[in-house]
Amino acid sequence: MPIVHKGTVVENKKVGSYFVLTATAAEIPNEFKPGNFVAVAIGDERSSLILRRAFSIYQVNDRGVYGGTIDIVVSPHGPGTDYLANLKRNDAINLVGPLGKPFSLPKDPVPCVLVGGGYGAAPLFTLAEALTARGCRVDFILGASTQEKLFGMLEARRISTSLSVTTNDGTAGQMGLVTDVLPDAIKKSNAAVVYACGPMKMLQAVAEVAALHGIVSQTSVEESMACGIGVCMTCVLPIIGDDGVTRMLRSCVDGPAFRGDKVRWREIGQIPDDTYGAPVPGNH
Amino acid sequence: MKRVPQKTSVDMSTSVAKLNFLSPVFTASGCAAAGKELDQFIDITSIGAVVTKSVMLNPRSGRATPRMAETPSGMLNGIGLQGPGIDDFIENDLQWLQQKGARTIVSIAGNNVEEFGKVADKLRDIPGVVGIEVNISCPNVENRGQVFACDPLSAADVIYSVRRNVSANMPLFAKLSPDVTDITAIAKSVVKAGADGLSVINTLLGMVIDTDTFLPRLSGKTGGLSGPAIRPVAVRCVYQIRKVLPDIPIIGMGGIRNGRDAIEFFAAGANAISVGTTVFNDPEACVRIHDEVAEILQEKSIKSLSEIINAAHREDIS
Repeated sequence: MPIVHKGTVVENKKVGSYFVLTATAAEIPNEFKPGNFVAVAIGDERSSLILRRAFSIYQVNDRGVYGGTIDIVVSPHGPGTDYLANLKRNDAINLVGPLGKPFSLPKDPVPCVLVGGGYGAAPLFTLAEALTARGCRVDFILGASTQEKLFGMLEARRISTSLSVTTNDGTAGQMGLVTDVLPDAIKKSNAAVVYACGPMKMLQAVAEVAALHGIVSQTSVEESMACGIGVCMTCVLPIIGDDGVTRMLRSCVDGPAFRGDKVRWREIGQIPDDTYGAPVPGNH
Repeated sequence: MKRVPQKTSVDMSTSVAKLNFLSPVFTASGCAAAGKELDQFIDITSIGAVVTKSVMLNPRSGRATPRMAETPSGMLNGIGLQGPGIDDFIENDLQWLQQKGARTIVSIAGNNVEEFGKVADKLRDIPGVVGIEVNISCPNVENRGQVFACDPLSAADVIYSVRRNVSANMPLFAKLSPDVTDITAIAKSVVKAGADGLSVINTLLGMVIDTDTFLPRLSGKTGGLSGPAIRPVAVRCVYQIRKVLPDIPIIGMGGIRNGRDAIEFFAAGANAISVGTTVFNDPEACVRIHDEVAEILQEKSIKSLSEIINAAHREDIS
């Protein structure tokens, strides 16, 4: 069960373009599964920014010096994330979590490729550990626009069989996109599953490559949320159900990880005509 | 541990349209789905009532994204009444609420007067439903002419239609829009048409423009503004309506974030309050605000919530 936790910042460390923020989190680490996220309040109970921001949980520690803690990765790019990037040790921070459905793990010890775009890579490291514990081979691909926006290279190298890196500008690894190197990674490891987290365009491209190779993809989507707990209905996207019917599902409670072949990527930001309950003439 | 209100010596009970509630704090329609998600954080049966997200006759996908933009002390939303349709809602959501023992006020919406009546008719004899809130004021419709609450006659037509389709003792609350010249005219009109109480207020119509693309941020271009930014407007609406309708039950809402905010509404004339956008910030808000109101009253040695309801009008009476 998720909780509301009034915690404090333990550490806020700049890593490349990002900040790795460690906060006390009470029981959240015990309930955590890879792929879960937290919704973080911006400012105190008088703040004029009233919507929480959602962050993948990057690391958890259930029995440190401070009790349970979690790490999130913040990319400052607006008033809310700027506020979080500026938090100092001992500052107050209010978390709700763990939220969202975790990644589905394969039943058998099959090889998996994990693809992270920028700080979107955050939830993939605990996933890699969970997969490794099941005997899965893990190969990593990390990509970003430029070197300082790559996240978790050392760690990815440590916990995987292989790491491939791409940047759009060639400042690190191979110049290009993660999907340039993905087919090779799938073939070399004989992968059965691709997990991906990052920008929506990247997720779409990864899902297409996985489909071409006839393997399953699990994509963790990023849609803007107001609540994170399933009540506001803002973070919806068109998802094809097991019955073949497309519904507008909430990425916070029905996701954030969806099977890549179930997401109607090209129609995100639209209501596809055949969606359950789609508007018909005469309706508003 | 799910949060429940703390024990208090203050009598926090309230009576609204012949219904008695142990807590004056309700959820606000559209900000609590059908209670299930919030029940992870608070005991949903420990608050006054769950006011469910407006349900229509048929399933609805709602609008395309983006559906939301943050604004100073608030947000703009254009969900477009996404929902399962009344049959599915009764079978799943209402059944869950009833099993829990939650007191439920069902918010209903319709594309036209007849649809409101049909949806209401489906709710006949459904256990656990203590009242119906008639959402005549959702701003997220394609045609402004369909915001029934902007016209006294259209608003009354909807209430007549619903009244005819429910049992005579089912309390009906009309949810009003602040986007009108004179909200008291609409209030009087719906009360005459058979509303037993008023929910005051729905969101204000607003717009946010993306300064990179120069285009409206929401897919529906306009959306409903909510949150603490609209609170003074809401308090004013409750006050004005109370002035002209001294006995009508009012559920007050609009940007209530803490106990002090709630007390403004009670003093202005609200018999109960709904907490909406604040729930997105604090899933425990309905219980927390109940506790804060009780604490404030206790500090002031006020023994019962009822003592402060309408208090802002005393000056005029004496």
